[in-house]
Amino acid sequence: MRNGYLFAAYAVTWIIHITYLGSIVRRYARLKSEIEQLKK
Amino acid sequence: MKKLFPILGVLTAILLIYALYQALVVAPTERTMGDVQRIFYYHVPSAWTAFILFFINFGASVFYLIKRNPAADIVALVTAEVGVVFCTVVLITGPIWARPVWGIWWTWDMRLTSTLVLWLIYVSYLFLRRFSSSGETPLLAAALAVLGALCVPFVYFSIWFFRTQHPQPVMGGGGSIDPRMLHVLLINWLAFSCFAFLVCWSRYRLEKLQREVDHAHALESLMDPRGSAR
Repeated sequence: MRNGYLFAAYAVTWIIHITYLGSIVRRYARLKSEIEQLKK
Repeated sequence: MKKLFPILGVLTAILLIYALYQALVVAPTERTMGDVQRIFYYHVPSAWTAFILFFINFGASVFYLIKRNPAADIVALVTAEVGVVFCTVVLITGPIWARPVWGIWWTWDMRLTSTLVLWLIYVSYLFLRRFSSSGETPLLAAALAVLGALCVPFVYFSIWFFRTQHPQPVMGGGGSIDPRMLHVLLINWLAFSCFAFLVCWSRYRLEKLQREVDHAHALESLMDPRGSAR
């Protein structure tokens, strides 16, 4: 059971980092499509 | 520069995997807490990385207040955002570690409360930057960042000056640590620092691009005022 806490802490850490990285990638993709629109 | 980023990305990923292996397999098991103590190798490096990012935010904010340099403003924004992410990790992994060791998720002692206040200050900084449309926003944000940075040493030294539930600091405090544990801790800190640097770098590029697009939109609406009214 105590190892469950260890797993939870490590999993939460990576969920937070991956979610934030995902938000950067999403914002970058949106910006790229905006740039394409501006070029037209 | 474009080629350097993927190379550093791969190296950082290898370092993070190595650090995880060190934390879970190589580091000795602590006698009283058992394996749950290994949360330490993510909790403490995340806290140190957040503190460093908030200090860079402070430096960039002071530089912006003096020179009005837009690059310094971007650095301040980026380090605050990534710092909040790391501080969130600290505030979540802390209670997960506290529950099996202290028997409680949270206590309103000086270290925990001041860390929460620090997090709230930088979250309000990000809200200010996100929702204020005033031209003075970077200036106001820089002033808030300077005040927020005063909280960082208070959080770190709070366990020196107040009796708290939280253990003594690993560096410079009264606590002692097994050299093998210290070695694993420093590897994890290095890995998270490299990771934070790369995240800041990509976020910096994104913010720069965003400002260029905003500028292009502004120029477009100046050239075609009817188009912007639609």
